[in-house]
Amino acid sequence: MSEAVLYDAVGPRGRRRILVGSVAGLLLLAVVIGAAVARLAAKGGFEADLWRVLTRGDVQRLLARGLVATMRAALFAMVLSIAVGGVLAVGRLSRRRWLARPVGAWVELFRGLPLLLLILFLFLGLPAVGVTISTFWALVAGLTLYNSAVIGEIFRAGILSLPRGQTEAAYAIGLRRGQTLRIILLPQAVRLMLPALISQLVTLLKDTSLGFVISYAELLRNGRTAVEFLGGKYSIPIYTAIAVVYIAVNGSLSLVARWLDHRTRQQYGRTVQPSVADEAA
Amino acid sequence: MDAILDNLDAYRQGFVTTLALTVVSSVLALALGTLLAAMRVSPVPTLRAAGAAYVEVVRNTPLTVVFFFAVFVLPQLDIRMAFLQFAVIAVTVYHAAFFCEAVRSGVNAVGAGQAEAARSIGLTFTQSLRLVILPQAFRTVVPPLINVVIALTKNTSIAAAFGVVELTAVGTRLANANGDAVIAIFAGIAVCYLVLTLPSGWLAGQLERRVAVAR
Repeated sequence: MSEAVLYDAVGPRGRRRILVGSVAGLLLLAVVIGAAVARLAAKGGFEADLWRVLTRGDVQRLLARGLVATMRAALFAMVLSIAVGGVLAVGRLSRRRWLARPVGAWVELFRGLPLLLLILFLFLGLPAVGVTISTFWALVAGLTLYNSAVIGEIFRAGILSLPRGQTEAAYAIGLRRGQTLRIILLPQAVRLMLPALISQLVTLLKDTSLGFVISYAELLRNGRTAVEFLGGKYSIPIYTAIAVVYIAVNGSLSLVARWLDHRTRQQYGRTVQPSVADEAA
Repeated sequence: MDAILDNLDAYRQGFVTTLALTVVSSVLALALGTLLAAMRVSPVPTLRAAGAAYVEVVRNTPLTVVFFFAVFVLPQLDIRMAFLQFAVIAVTVYHAAFFCEAVRSGVNAVGAGQAEAARSIGLTFTQSLRLVILPQAFRTVVPPLINVVIALTKNTSIAAAFGVVELTAVGTRLANANGDAVIAIFAGIAVCYLVLTLPSGWLAGQLERRVAVAR
């Protein structure tokens, strides 16, 4: 349903009321922001050097190194999650119950646990049994355990959303089950689930910030290091810069996902919709 | 196993804190999210833009960064609270965007004929939303809302890194204190989370199936 069905086009009086209301709202917002700014200014929060900290070479280098580390962890985890997710999807779709059931339980288990708990478990638990693990691999392995389960479900939804006729036709021309999946179903399913897959990858990228907790030197950790070194009053410019970087990177990925979703829907009339809850987690 | 039994009290406290954080934040975030959703479907362009901007900014920001702003930036503005209250703010602000999207998708799932009929009998925007659209939207929207609550439950674990002693923080502390039983301790914590998330997920699935049949 398009939202425009909910109300009539606004008339002159309504438009005037909206204008008055908007101006009043913006004024109220300006007062709130003004109060915050005044409070900050009283504490020297707007001394020029506060925001100039972002132009310092060492701060920039620290944040850039953090961004590279974030991207590195995200890329490793993305590739691994897609690979493992594919295996999990095929396993859960299998006709062999002894395979499908345990894989299903595995997926539900890891989707039901907090990602941070998985990362901490790997980081603190593996050394306890004599396996040393770096912060990088603890983060990547944790991200992979969680996201492969979610991505596996996206793959499965994509394959299940195809018409039965595709499978039946493939069997009719003598393809085996594996061939049907590989040659007929996957290529079509990929197109339908690509938007959902990309939005899950955005979630994964956001979740690399959990590396902060185990002191993996990613963007957020390096920002914190800078603030701890320079002093608490620099928290506003530095964390704002970090938020802007995340919003820019994730926002452009989300735009790609939306564009693909739009295009695929025009061609095929449908796509696999990402679940709002998966985007939140 | 002994490590768990000896620390049942810590587990209980962590569980209660996680549950409290989840319940309070869910209620607040659902309220804020419904308000945002109403803004996003309203006839007022300013409100629509404000709602859309909120959702876009929040959903592309990691929850950890939201926590940073709550825990490290708010005190710079002389706002001082307990860690738990900062955590409630961060979790609420973040998940309101997702509750908003869940509610909005529910509103969009109600047939266009319903809104047209409501308007043709002379109901205003507020009336048609309140009496016709939302009661129907709510049915389809309950399973996704439960799923967002599940995601919220899991995400409260991030509060562990910001001074709140909930389940994950209890797990880390016990793990550091009992180096020989780390795996058992974390397994116990995992069970606590699964007790919360798995039944809710099952309920959401059941409801989803029933609503799907009803349509």
